[in-house]
Amino acid sequence: MRRKLYVFLIIAVCFLLQCTLFQALAIASISPNLLVAVASSFGFMRGRKEGMWIGFFSGLLLDIFYGSVIGFYALIYAYIGYVNGFFRKWFFPDDIKLPLVLIAASDFSYSMLVYLFLFLLRGKLQFTYYLLHIMLPELVYTILVAIILYFIILKINQNLEMIEKRSASKFV
Amino acid sequence: MKRRSKRSIPTRYTLLLLTGFCVLVMFISFTLNLSGGPLNTVAGYVFVPMQKGINTVGSWIASRADDLKSLRDVMQENKELQAEVDKLTQDMNTIKLERYELDNLRELMELDQKYPSYEKVAARVIGSDGGNWFNTFLIDKGAKDGIEKDMNVIAGSGLVGIVIDTGANYAKVRSIIDDASNVSGMSLSTADRCIVSGNLATMNDGQVIEFSSLKCEDGAVGVGEQIVTSHISDKYLAGILVGYVSTIERDANNLTYSGTVTPAVDFQHLQEVLVILDKKAALED
Repeated sequence: MRRKLYVFLIIAVCFLLQCTLFQALAIASISPNLLVAVASSFGFMRGRKEGMWIGFFSGLLLDIFYGSVIGFYALIYAYIGYVNGFFRKWFFPDDIKLPLVLIAASDFSYSMLVYLFLFLLRGKLQFTYYLLHIMLPELVYTILVAIILYFIILKINQNLEMIEKRSASKFV
Repeated sequence: MKRRSKRSIPTRYTLLLLTGFCVLVMFISFTLNLSGGPLNTVAGYVFVPMQKGINTVGSWIASRADDLKSLRDVMQENKELQAEVDKLTQDMNTIKLERYELDNLRELMELDQKYPSYEKVAARVIGSDGGNWFNTFLIDKGAKDGIEKDMNVIAGSGLVGIVIDTGANYAKVRSIIDDASNVSGMSLSTADRCIVSGNLATMNDGQVIEFSSLKCEDGAVGVGEQIVTSHISDKYLAGILVGYVSTIERDANNLTYSGTVTPAVDFQHLQEVLVILDKKAALED
């Protein structure tokens, strides 16, 4: 229950920041994608299942407020969380390389999917333009923000795990 | 550690179920043109106050920063003047719009019918699309304030976009610079129709959007020509300024022209918009 509350808070705060503050801080009209970083980090920190659900709900939020059909972003984010869950075996909290690579890969595949389904299918074929002007800048900006965001999420997760462990050992 | 219940479903099946569910919902909302319904209401009541709060905090911080720079009474005076300017700007917008309709449309298209002056409601922009691909935003007025889908949104005297979805206390607006937006427009002086489509690439490069399929006589439409919404659109009210032609060239078919339009509205610094409560479909009835 406590975990659910914290996760909801993290998603809500990231969603709100992404839609208000970071739109104001956009560099060359590119803003970072915090929710991808959240879904991805919970994926590799907590496994496929949690990553999937957290991804699903963050995507759903975007769908409700900004999507044109309900379920599109939810599906993409759910898959991002799920796939990141496979890397839990190789995840060590002190090593920041893997998380950053995973978040970068997640953001890039998110951009690719959005391009494929929402742009290419409408006949917008200038892939290199979108790659250079939207996808890569978003990737770089997301990574920069994710360095900070990752440590915050990591700390919250570690604290939660400690509390859970303590209360579990009480009842043994 | 939590004990797994015996009947817990493996994650990959949950994923499959979720996928099926999402695809189904996408299909339903796409074909039946439905939105979240109750989800909209719930999410609206949870998140819209928070977004408003962030905006309030943001403007509070901004105003504190201003305080350091200027004296308090100057601020006060400024505020009063600003309120007056706002009021006057709004009045002027109404007058502009009315004069616009009267002068241009009635004379140009020889319509002898007087357009009703539209009823408008002012709204604040409280959040914009989290991604970098589209250009939709939220405003702080919703179904409760009488806003419905397909209402036109303007700022100043220019067209901003159209309401595509509403919750109880918020509405989703697709701006005309959104990559998926298409508006039926016409040139003001010659009443030649064209299609104005938002374009992410040209908007990023030069703050312009595209127009296409403009049928006109040689050289009748030049750079600087005003493009307004056309009278044949079924969603956009006629005669709202979209923007000014910035480049124009003849298409390969030698019949039509296409080029770029500079929008009349500054989309980078959009804070307050006016929603026109009259809908095109309702006016025609």
